[in-house]
This record gives sequence, C-alpha cells and structure tokens, in this order.
Amino acid sequence: MAQVTRSPKTYDVCVIGSGAGGGMAAKTLTEGGLAVALLEAGGPVDPGKDFKMFMWPYELPHRGVGVGGKAAVNFGEFLAPNGAWKIEGEPYTSAPGANFQWFRSRIVGGRTNHWGRIALRFSPVDFRSKTRDGLGEDWPITYDDIAPYYDKVESYIGVFGTKENIPSAPNGVFLPPPKPRCSELLIKKGCDKLGIPCIPARLAILTKPLNGRPSCHYCAQCGRGCVTASNFSSSQVLIPPALATGKLTLFTNAMAREILLGPDGKATGVEYIEKATRNEKRINARAVVVAASACESARLLLNSKSRLFPEGLANSSGQVGRNLTDSVGSDGEGYFPNMEKMPPHNHDGTGGMHLYIPWWKYDRQNDFPRGYHIEIGGGREMPSAGMFEDVCEEEEGYGASLKATCRRRYGTVMRFSGRGEMVTNSGTYCEIDPYTVDHWGIPVLRFHFKWGDSELRQAKDMQETFKAIVEAAGGRYLTRTDIDGPYPFGIQPGGKIIHEVGTARMGVDPKTSVLNSFCQAHDVKNLFVTDGAPFVTNPDNNPTLTILALSLRASEYLLDQAKKGNV
Amino acid sequence: MSGISRRDVLRNLAAGVAGGSALRVIPAQAAALAHEMIQKERAASPGGKYTPKYFSAHQYLMLVFLCDMIIPKDEVSGGAVEAGAPEFIDLLTGENEEYQDIFGGGLMWLDNFCFDRSEHLFLECTPAQQKEVLDLIAYRKNARIDPSLSPGVTFFAKLRNLTCDGFYTSKIGIEDLKYIGNTALAEFLGCPPLPE
Repeated sequence: MAQVTRSPKTYDVCVIGSGAGGGMAAKTLTEGGLAVALLEAGGPVDPGKDFKMFMWPYELPHRGVGVGGKAAVNFGEFLAPNGAWKIEGEPYTSAPGANFQWFRSRIVGGRTNHWGRIALRFSPVDFRSKTRDGLGEDWPITYDDIAPYYDKVESYIGVFGTKENIPSAPNGVFLPPPKPRCSELLIKKGCDKLGIPCIPARLAILTKPLNGRPSCHYCAQCGRGCVTASNFSSSQVLIPPALATGKLTLFTNAMAREILLGPDGKATGVEYIEKATRNEKRINARAVVVAASACESARLLLNSKSRLFPEGLANSSGQVGRNLTDSVGSDGEGYFPNMEKMPPHNHDGTGGMHLYIPWWKYDRQNDFPRGYHIEIGGGREMPSAGMFEDVCEEEEGYGASLKATCRRRYGTVMRFSGRGEMVTNSGTYCEIDPYTVDHWGIPVLRFHFKWGDSELRQAKDMQETFKAIVEAAGGRYLTRTDIDGPYPFGIQPGGKIIHEVGTARMGVDPKTSVLNSFCQAHDVKNLFVTDGAPFVTNPDNNPTLTILALSLRASEYLLDQAKKGNV
Repeated sequence: MSGISRRDVLRNLAAGVAGGSALRVIPAQAAALAHEMIQKERAASPGGKYTPKYFSAHQYLMLVFLCDMIIPKDEVSGGAVEAGAPEFIDLLTGENEEYQDIFGGGLMWLDNFCFDRSEHLFLECTPAQQKEVLDLIAYRKNARIDPSLSPGVTFFAKLRNLTCDGFYTSKIGIEDLKYIGNTALAEFLGCPPLPE
C-alpha cells in the first residue's frame, strides 16, 4: 500500500495528517480527480488485527491496564491504537505553571480511531460570540455557510440523534437514536425535575446500515475501534474511498519537517523524515493541505522558515500558535442506591452515551460567558480495572462483606463530564521551544496555558449542576473538588480534554488571522489548514464534526480553484 | 522458631531468597497452610503451576493468602486466587518500580510487624492473630489513632484495589457481577422497567 520512495513526480496536493481533517481532504480531493500524496507520521492500522473488539479483560495478561499497570493514563490498553500523552523521542515542553497535556496519535486515522464519536454541530451563535459578548473574535463564516457541509458530512459518516429545535444544539441529518439506558432514564428524571433538557445524544455511530457500512452491533466498545466500521473513523470511512480512486499515495511513518516555498511565494512541496531510514525525503506538490492536528500544524508552519517568512510560513500576522484553547472540563460521579434493584440486563448499547444534556442556560445571564454541555456515562458497564476503587475507599475492610458490597454497588455509579467553552487569552499559546529538538531533529513546541476566571466559574457551575441532578434523581454526589490550587472545581489541566484548537485561526483581516474563510492561508494561496487550527472559537460542541465540515468545504473550494487554475 | 533469630529471618527475607531457604523457616502449621495455598494457586493457573515473576516464594505465598482474605470464595463465586489476582499483581509488580516498593516493601513490613507483635511471621500467625492484624491495617482510621500503622494501611489499600482489579476483570468476577453483554446484538432493547 505505502510506497515509500523519493518520487520525482509532482502531486497535485500533498496532505499532511490522516485524521478527520486530512482524511476528509484526501477523500474529497482524490474523488475530485486530483493526485494526492498523504503523509502520516505514524504507521498503518489494521482493524482486524489491531482493534480489540469483543475481547474480555482476562484475555490480556495485563487485564487492560497495560505493562506495569501504566496504560490507564493513556485510557487503557483496550483502546484502538490510540497514541499517548508522551511519545518517546517526540517531546514537547510547557512553560512554568502551564502543565499543558498534548495527546497525539501517530497512526493512520489519528485520533479518530479511538475518539468518543460525539458529533455536535456548532450553533449559529457560536460563530458570532464576539458580537454577543464582546470577547475574542467572530468567525468569518456563519452557521448558514457551514450548514450544507454539516448536512453532507452527517449524511456520509452517519450520526444518530433527534431534531429538538434547541438553539444550542441545531437540528441535523440524523439516524434514529438508540433507546436510552436505565441509568440515563434515571438521570433524565432528575433533569426533568430541574427543567434541564436531557435529550438523545448525537454520535457518529450507525443505527442503520449506511453507505456500505453495517449497523452497530451494540457492544458499547467504540473506543476500541470497530472492525465492522459501524462508527466513524478516518482510517475506515475516509481513507479507503480515497485509496479506491487510485489517486491517493499514502506515505506512513513519514514525519513532515518543513513546507517548502518557491521564489514566487507559493508552496512547492513538503520535506519529511522517513522514520524507518531517518532519510529526509521530499514530496513535490502544487498545493499543500496541513491537517496534522492544530498544534502539530502550527509547529510545522512555525518551523517552515524562509526569507519571505522568517517567523514561519503564512505567519505574517504573528498569529500562528496563538489563540490556543482546549475545552473546559470538569467531571463528577453520583451513586444511585435505587439502581441496586435493577435486574441484570444488557446495558451496553452503542459506545458512549445515548442521552446527553446540551447547553441550556443560553437564555439567561450567567456569571461566566459561553456555555457547556454535559456528557453522561456509567451503569452496568463491562467490569474493568478501577471500577471498585471508590467502593474500596469508602467501605475499606476485606473479605465476604467487601465482596458483597462490590456486587451490590456494581452499576450504581453514573459519571458526568462537563465540556465547556474556553475564551481565548493572550497567555495561552504554543511556540517553538528554542532549546529542544525531537528525535528527528525537528524543534518542538513549548506550551503556555492559563485558565481564566470565566473558565473557573464555569467549572464551578458544572460541579453544582452535577450535584443538583444527582440529588434530584435520588442519588448521592460522590465527587469532592478543591476550591483553590491550580485546578479548582475539578477543572482539568489544559489539553486534557483533547479539544485543542485555534492555532491558525481564520478571519477576514490578514493582520489578525492566518487563514481566510476557506482555510486558505492569507499569505500563501496554495496552502490550506484543515484540522482544528482554523477555529476562531472553541464552543462547547466538540470539534470533530466541525473539522470534517470545514475540511470538506475547504477541499471543495481547493478543487474549484484548481479547476480555474487559481492555485 | 527455635534456633533462628528474628534477625536471621528478616535477613533471609530481605535477601529475597527464592524457594526452599525462606520456606525452611516456616514451621509445620504454616507450611501446611502454604501448601494448601500453592495447591489452590496451581489449580487455578492454566499450566498447572505458577512461578512468581517478581515476588520471592515466601512473599508470593503471603500475596496469595492476602488476596484470598480480600476476595474469598463465597456461595456465589470463587475467590480472587482462583480468578488469578495474585499472578496479575505479580506481573504488574515486576514491571513497576513503584509497585515494587508498595507491595514488596509492604509484605516485608507486614512480616516485620507481625514478628514484633508475636514473634511470628504473618503466615505463621494463628488465624485469629492474622485477622487481628488485617483488621488493623484494613481501615484508615486505625492509622489516625496509631500512625505507625500507616505503611500497612497504605499497602493494604493498594493491595485491596489491585485484588479487586484482578478479580473483577476475571471471568469469575465478571460473572459474579452478572454483567451481560460484550456481544453482537441486532437491536438494543433499552431499559427493563425502572425500579421505584
């Protein structure tokens, strides 16, 4: 499949990165007839061999916790080949106090192999939040500009959900949702009492066959990767049709080092390290699409210095690496004694939640800007390591009574994850660390990260809401959080929610933005960025669906411009 | 323990001596118990026998004994030993320096603690003495009253967690909880009627 040789050929487009943004670009461009070289810094993925679908914990000697019990930090060893917070030989650094966490997946499909499949549209106000509250910037596009692309993406990848006419959760093209789980119905009862909407989730999982992919078989383990491709991943849903065109050449274990610039100010190709041989190689291309993930893309641009762009490619605005945000994240757990009486039954369902709580306080004055949604989980899930840590800590002791308590308490805990919007601040950005290079000799990123007061107030509101819902549903709230220190109200360190975006934002004004509204660099006409980097804001609605829609829109524009000879 | 000083015992254990020499210091009644535990352990492992990867034979016997105390067999299901928890803990400990301090050190602390109290190592103690010791280290409040128990309490809490992990990730443990799933369904049926 992967032809790893220096090619004298000039491709129409070189796409860097094979995740949501790069996969969508590769598919759209090849189907449009262009010859595309796709560079992926990691190896290939073989779902039949690499995905641990239907595997029981006891089938692995480490029972899911990995060598030395240390896999939990990277979400356990059952997950699809999923990457890590730390990659050997490829470090990143944090300025003092920043403690930024950066999750990277070096594999075809990138993080879409294991992602949560939560596929939420941004709402109309999400594109106009500065107009609404004066903070940050507005997008150069409106909801109406992107809505047709959301339609196309949802129609192609398959997203279940329901049309609820809620302003913060726009209607989409939805497959029918799965039935709610018991634990979710219980949470909904609590929400109903409080006047909080609790509606079917929107996940990129097939509840009906679609485009040759079979329907979900309800094993609940989407995160492990799906051998039947019944959920969305770039590796299974975007790359295969791109390869089928015969127009795609996939280069794996190919680490992009620099985008090359011609004397006319246009990109001419990409220099990359062939990891297996450590040789530097070059792809010639008439256009370059960068989709290496927001921060990795910023790093590549910043490292692509030239006489024309001494501060990094397409960075005349100085905005590359700036405007970094992650989602505000705070989590909690509730124990529901009434769940002890539930008869044993199959609770699995799709991967992830069947119901969720969209942002509901958009119609009132809050003590923080923007909003958050709440993801819910828990109940009679497949037992796993760590499941009874809370019981052990609370009950202590040992023996028959401990065992009986675990049995009784199984399936009675529900988890809540608040995911909210962070507003950009000048203290949060990434830049090239002048002192450190990686294993390949490429200068690494240094992160600066600060939560503002608005984010902390939002996290506080999340904790209060979780508690209120748990108590309204007849449960006991278990989570205790600090009110001061670096992470008050359980707010996670920056990067931890893996929604980092904004590092090459789009905008109307080339002085304050890197890209135009088609993800095309203001400075370099044949250079596009189609991952999370173009995001102007980071609404609570998770980024992946919007990355796909923006990448599709940018790719169609690039095709059109190529046809017209403008690129 | 005639003819063998406490110091000899502890030195032997500290050296992490494998197999025979450590067992030699265990008197008949403890040896019988140990034998029983080994049999249990062998019966549980697919190959019929298990050689600890990290722990000394003596420590591994203690580990097996403690796992059995934490999650014993009952009328519903087998216990943590049958479920392979000791092998699981042994495997992880060999790979994790932090665990080596917690569990390797913790087991030595336990022997030392028992010896100080009763001139017997943990496995040599009577069942009543063993229960007395575990009842001390199984609860945080005891360490608040007597801080010298803290290392034992910390050790036991971690061991309790890992024993539960080993048990509830086993076939026996998963069946004990009556988890139903991890299988292909044509349709997800949703929730049976919610209890009031």
